[in-house]
Amino acid sequence: MNNLLEVKNLSKKYQEFSLQEISFTLKKGYIMGFIGPNGAGKSTTIKLIMNLLKRDGGEIRVFGLDNIRAEREIKDRIGFVYEEPYFYEELTVLEMKKVIAPFYSKWDDQIFDQYLKRFGLSVKKKIKELSKGMKMKVWLAIALSHQAELLILDEPTSGLDPVVRRELLDILADVIQDEEKGVFFSTHITTDLDKIADYITFINNGEIIFSTTKDYIMDNYGLVKGKKAGLDNTLLKEAVGLRENKFGFEALVKDRNRFWKGSKGEFIIEKPTLEEIILYYTRGKQG
Amino acid sequence: MDIIIANSSDDPIYQQITAQIKNLIFKGELIEGDSLPSIRNLARELQISVITTKKAYEVLEAEGYIETVPGKGSYIAAQNKNLLQEKRLKIVEEKFIEGIIAARAVGFNLEEIEAMIKMLYQEVANE
Repeated sequence: MNNLLEVKNLSKKYQEFSLQEISFTLKKGYIMGFIGPNGAGKSTTIKLIMNLLKRDGGEIRVFGLDNIRAEREIKDRIGFVYEEPYFYEELTVLEMKKVIAPFYSKWDDQIFDQYLKRFGLSVKKKIKELSKGMKMKVWLAIALSHQAELLILDEPTSGLDPVVRRELLDILADVIQDEEKGVFFSTHITTDLDKIADYITFINNGEIIFSTTKDYIMDNYGLVKGKKAGLDNTLLKEAVGLRENKFGFEALVKDRNRFWKGSKGEFIIEKPTLEEIILYYTRGKQG
Repeated sequence: MDIIIANSSDDPIYQQITAQIKNLIFKGELIEGDSLPSIRNLARELQISVITTKKAYEVLEAEGYIETVPGKGSYIAAQNKNLLQEKRLKIVEEKFIEGIIAARAVGFNLEEIEAMIKMLYQEVANE
């Protein structure tokens, strides 16, 4: 079984919003970033995976097992960090650990202590005395302390300063060193975690726009810039998004190499960032 | 082994890695039998995707620069000495061509270029 997580034709309908038969797969030994603007369906998807919401259709398999029928076993093997960690505010970190540890068959106090030390956290502190970033670290330490084979992180970087975010990159890279584990994280800030992501699944308005290797995206998508006169170029008809300003235009294209060959040097073609890709897809062609 | 990734470069990251490892082989800093970090370790250190380092190693292997033993890791492969010499020569040629083009662009003729090379050669040799 090489797939840690398989989501197939997953759907969930709300009045205002629906998740439209989304599919993607995460293999062992890799990190997948789940990106998209706020309200795109990231948290809904994660809650469905964790069986915190009831799905309307489709299939979710974790470690090859159905996520509802094998919920207990699956959750024992998942390390989960939720965007807004829920804690009993009056408890200390140590008391909190004592509440949570018994839920996991492979809980390891030593690992937990190591992470607390690494994160500079004291077990005696009350949860309510911790900043948002520190709470996130406690939750992260918990997620990493029961030999989870799959880490699911919902917006793990929100509230963390750049130093801790960088530390998180190292931790996640460590997790996949043995080729057995995997990481799935959602984010709407794509500038730091996307560095180490192997796969990117991009969701917008309840639909998967793409789910592929980050290298494919970076080697193929292009940001085309040029003078207004260049707007007639037929290749621009295939542009994902186009933005005109007073002095020229910018467009996102899926195949910059084709564009390169089809133009006569009248454009500037650059590698886009993931953030720019999200922006163009979200904004579309209206400019 | 030094590998430096430039985010601003237009070259894909895997190409930056292959180019630098090849260069280390040409310069003799990496020799037959030297072991390379695992793809996951290299990805971790450079803070890049595992898929990128994997592709870099696959390309190097396909071109005969490295060998991968399943379960053991990747090593610098035996290099054909003549071929290696040829490749080194090619690098030198490319650098000279670059210099000649630049020199011609600002109006130097062959004699002037030769004189300049002699002068610069002395300078480097004296260092």
